[in-house]
Amino acid sequence: MSEVLRYRPINLGRWVVWGFTALVFLCLPLLLENLFARSLMAQMGIMIIFALSYNMLLGQSGMLSFGHAVYSGLGAYFAIHALTWIARGQFAYPVSLLPLVGGFAGMLFGVVFGYLTTKKAGTPFAMISLGIGEMVFAASLMFPGFFGGEAGISGNRTAGGAFLGIPSLSFGPDIQIYYLIAAWTFASMIAMFALTQTPLGRIANAVRDNPERAEFIGYNTQRVRWLMLILSSFFAGVAGGLSAIYFEIVSAENVSAIRSGGVLLAAFMGGVTFFFGPILGAVVFTIFAVALSEYTKAWQLYLGVFFVLLVMFAPGGLSSLILMNLRVLKFRKFKRLRDPYFGLILSAVALALGCVMLIEMIYHLTLDFALGPQIKLFGFPFNTERPESWVFAVSVLAGGALAFEYARQHFRAVWGEIQVEIEDWIRDNPEDT
Amino acid sequence: MTFDFFLVQLLNGISYGLLLFMLASGLTLIFSMMGVLNFAHASFYMIGAYFAYQISRWVGFWPALILAPLAVGVLGAVVERFGLRRVHKWGHVPELLFTFGLSYIIVELVQVIWGRAAVPYSVPAELDGPIAWLQRLGLTFPKYRAFMMAVAVLMLVSTWLLLTRTRIGLVIQASLTHPQQVEALGHNVPRVLMGVFGAGCALAGLAGVIGGNAFVTEPGMAGAVGAIVFVVIVFGGMGSLSGAFIASLLLGLVDAFGKTSDASIGGLLRWFGTTVDPQTFGYAVWKLTLAQVAPVLPFLLLVLILIFRPKGLMGTRED
Amino acid sequence: MTAALELANVRKSFGKTEIIRDVSLAVPPGERHAIIGPNGAGKSTLFNLISGRFPLSSGTIRLNGADITGRKPFEINRLGLSRSFQITNIFHRLSVFENLRCAVLWSLGYRYSFWHNLNKLADAEDRAEAILKRIGLRRRRNIAAGLLTYAEQRALEIGITIAGDANVILLDEPTAGMSRSETANAVALVRDVTQGKTLVMVEHDMSVVFGLADRISVVVYGEIIACGPPAQIRADPKVKEAYLGTQAGGH
Repeated sequence: MSEVLRYRPINLGRWVVWGFTALVFLCLPLLLENLFARSLMAQMGIMIIFALSYNMLLGQSGMLSFGHAVYSGLGAYFAIHALTWIARGQFAYPVSLLPLVGGFAGMLFGVVFGYLTTKKAGTPFAMISLGIGEMVFAASLMFPGFFGGEAGISGNRTAGGAFLGIPSLSFGPDIQIYYLIAAWTFASMIAMFALTQTPLGRIANAVRDNPERAEFIGYNTQRVRWLMLILSSFFAGVAGGLSAIYFEIVSAENVSAIRSGGVLLAAFMGGVTFFFGPILGAVVFTIFAVALSEYTKAWQLYLGVFFVLLVMFAPGGLSSLILMNLRVLKFRKFKRLRDPYFGLILSAVALALGCVMLIEMIYHLTLDFALGPQIKLFGFPFNTERPESWVFAVSVLAGGALAFEYARQHFRAVWGEIQVEIEDWIRDNPEDT
Repeated sequence: MTFDFFLVQLLNGISYGLLLFMLASGLTLIFSMMGVLNFAHASFYMIGAYFAYQISRWVGFWPALILAPLAVGVLGAVVERFGLRRVHKWGHVPELLFTFGLSYIIVELVQVIWGRAAVPYSVPAELDGPIAWLQRLGLTFPKYRAFMMAVAVLMLVSTWLLLTRTRIGLVIQASLTHPQQVEALGHNVPRVLMGVFGAGCALAGLAGVIGGNAFVTEPGMAGAVGAIVFVVIVFGGMGSLSGAFIASLLLGLVDAFGKTSDASIGGLLRWFGTTVDPQTFGYAVWKLTLAQVAPVLPFLLLVLILIFRPKGLMGTRED
Repeated sequence: MTAALELANVRKSFGKTEIIRDVSLAVPPGERHAIIGPNGAGKSTLFNLISGRFPLSSGTIRLNGADITGRKPFEINRLGLSRSFQITNIFHRLSVFENLRCAVLWSLGYRYSFWHNLNKLADAEDRAEAILKRIGLRRRRNIAAGLLTYAEQRALEIGITIAGDANVILLDEPTAGMSRSETANAVALVRDVTQGKTLVMVEHDMSVVFGLADRISVVVYGEIIACGPPAQIRADPKVKEAYLGTQAGGH
C-alpha cells in the first residue's frame, strides 16, 4: 500500500489578508488622530463583532432573527454590573477581559432561549425571536434593580487594577480603549472565521440550504441550530461587553427592537453570503449612525432608503456588488465598464444631491423652523423660504433622474454583454473554473 | 372587582380586540395570498391615523372616516406595484426585509411631516362622553368605544361577505391557494394581489382612523401595536382568520383586565398564608402586580404557544 | 438471518384516506429489491414511512432487527439507512465536493465538532473524493450544486445517499427524467455503489427494474399484490391487470 503524498501549499492568500487586516487595525489610530475618528472606529469594531455574530445565524445557518440584541444587551448588563463590582473592589478581574463576562452571559441566555426557539427555522423562528426580544425589553422595565429602569446602569471603565500580572490600563485615553476594542475585534473575527471552517460550520450551511436533507445525512437540525445560536450569542455578548466598557452605560435600549433591527440592517447591507459582508455592513452602518447623524437629522431616513434600495436591487448586499465587479476584473473586461460607470455614478450623485437637498430643506421646515429659514448644505447657504432654493433642488433632482435613467440603460446593456461573454467562456472551459 | 367594573373592562377588552382583529385580518389575508409577512402593516395603521388627523382638520371627522382609509389603500397598492413586486423574485426573506425597511422609512416620514410629538387627533364632539342609557344603569362606557366596535364589526362583516359572496371574492379565495391556476384561467392575478394588498392596508388604515383618537396618535404607535398584532396572528395560527379572531379577542381581554389588576403572585401567596416581604428571596418578582407585568403578557403568551403548539391555535401551516 | 429491512402490517392514513393498507415486507441483507406500481399507489409514501419522514398509523418497521418505528429521520440514518429523493434534494449553495463531505461527517464521528479544521480532516476528504470519483463528477468538484445539470444532480443525489456508509439504501426513482444514455449510466452507477449493501428502490422504468432487481414488489392502492423474482412478476396475471387494466372498462 503506497503512501499518499499530501501536497498542501500554505494558503498564502489567507495569511496576507489577515496580516493586512491586523496591520490596518494597528495603524488606523495613528493615521487618524482626532477624537471623533477614533471614537468612530471603536464603535465600528463593536458593531463588526455584533454583525458577524448575527451572520452566524442568518448567512450561515439560515436563521432570520429579530431579537439578537437580547444576547448582546444582556451580556452588556452583566458586564457593567461586573464593572461596578470591580470598581468597588468586590471583584478582582481585569477590565480588559470584561467582554468575556459579557460573552458567557450572552451564551447562557443563548442556551436557554436557544433551546426554546430553535425547534423551527424560517418564519416561526423569526417570530419567536421577535417575541423574546420584546419580552426581554418589556421585562427590563420591570426589574429596576438589575436593569436600572429608564436610566440604565452606569459604570466607570477606569476602575480596576492589575490582575494575575495583566497590567492595568486605565482605559481613560481614547487610544487605549481603541486598541482594546481592536484586539477583541480582531480575535473575534479570527474565531468566527475559524468556525466557518469546522464540521459544525459546514453542516450549519447544509441545514441552511436544505434542512430536510441534513436530517437524512444523520444530523439533528435542531441541535445544529441550537449550537450555532449558542456560539453566536457568545460573540454577541462579547460585543455587548465591549459596548458596556466603551459607553460606560447600559440601558433598556441595549435590548430593544431598534438594536436588533440595526444589526439586521448592518449584516444585510454588507451582504450575508460572504464572511466579510457583515464587516463591510457594520462599517457602513456605523458611518450612517454615528458620522452622518452629526451632519443631518435625516440620517435614519437615508439609512432606511439605502437599505430598501439594496433589498430591491442588490439583495446580496454591498459585498456581492464588489465581488461581481471583481469577477469582471478577473476576466479582464472591466475597462469596458469604465465609461458607463462614470456616467452612472455622476448622474446618481446628481440625483442623490437633489434628493438630499429637498429632504434636508423639508426636515428643516418641519423640525427646526424656530432656528430661522437659513440652512447650510455642503457648505452652501440655502434659504428655505425662497423659492429659488426649491427650484434649484428640484431641477437638480429632475436632471439627475433623467440622466440616471439614460446612464442606467446604457450600463445595463454593457454589463449584460459582459456577463453573457463570461458565462459563455465558463461553459466552454469548465475545467478552468 | 364589582360586576359593573367587570362588564366595562369586558367591553373595553372586546373593543380593543376587534381593533386588533381589523389589523390581524388584513395581515393574514396578505400573508395567505402572497406568503409575505407585512412588517409595515402597523405602519399603515399609523398612516391611517395621521391621515385622518389631517383630513379631519381640513373637513372634519366623518369625511376622514371614508377618505383616509381609501388614501391608505391607494398608498398600499402603489407600494405593492412599484416596490414589493420587484422584490418578489428574490424570495420571501427579501420581501420580509423590504417591508421591514419600509416600516423604518414610514416612521421617519411621519415624523418629518407631523413632528415627533403626539398630535391632537381627538374624538369628535358628537361621539365624546359616556353612553347615556348605560350611565343610568351605573356603567361608564364611552360612546366612542361602542362606535369603534360598530365600525369594526361592520367592516369585518362586509369583508367576509365580499370574500364569500361575490365573484371577485371567489377569485381571491382561489388565488389564496392556487395563484398560478387562477392566472391560467385568465384572471389578472398580479392585479388581484395588488388589490388585496391595498385592501389589507386600507383595513389597517381604517383601524388607525378609529383607533388613533381613542388611543394616542404618535410616531411610536406603529411599533407598539405592531408587535401585538404579530403575536395575534402567530397565536391564532398563521393563515387562519378564525384563529386570528379568537386570538385578538383573547389578547384584548388580557390587555383590559391585566392593565387594571393589582393582583400579584406575592398577593396570592399572602392569601395562602405565606409571608412575603422585602426579605423574601425573589421578592422583586413576587411583588410585581399584573398591571406592571401587562406589557410582557402578550409576548409571554407568544413564547408559550410557540413552544407547546407552534401551529398556533388553529393554524394550518407552520411556515 | 435477520432481515435488513422488515415492514410488518404497516398502515398509514392521511385523515380519513388510508394510503398504505397493511403492507408487510422483508428484505434480506444484500438483496436488490424494487418496488413498482401505478402512480398514486403509495410507493413514495412507503419510503417516507420507512425513512421517518412521516409517522406510521400502525404497524412496525425494523432495520437490521432494531425497531425504528416512530424514530426521527436522523436517528434512522445513524442506524444505517440512507435514502435519496425523487425531487432532487441537495445543498444547492455548497459545492459538489462540500455536499459529499457533509454527507460523510457524521459517520466518521465528527458530529457537531467546532474545534476541528475541516480542511485538515484527511479521512473526510479522502472519502468524499472517492465518492466524487465513483459518481463521475470529478470535473465539477467546485461548482455549486445548484448549477449542475439535471442528470449531474441526480448523480450527486445518489452520491450523498451512499456517502454515509449506510448499509440499507433507499433510492426513490433514481432515473426519473433521464434520457436513454443517462439512464444506462445511472444503472451502472447504482449497481456499482450498492455492491454488498441492501438496496430498495422505487422505479417506473421497467428495463432498469428488470435489469437490477433480485426481487420485485408490486404495490397497488397501498397493498403489495405480488412479490418475487422478476420472471415470476412478469408472468403474474394480477400484475398485468393492475398495470394494463381489464379488457373492457379499463382506463
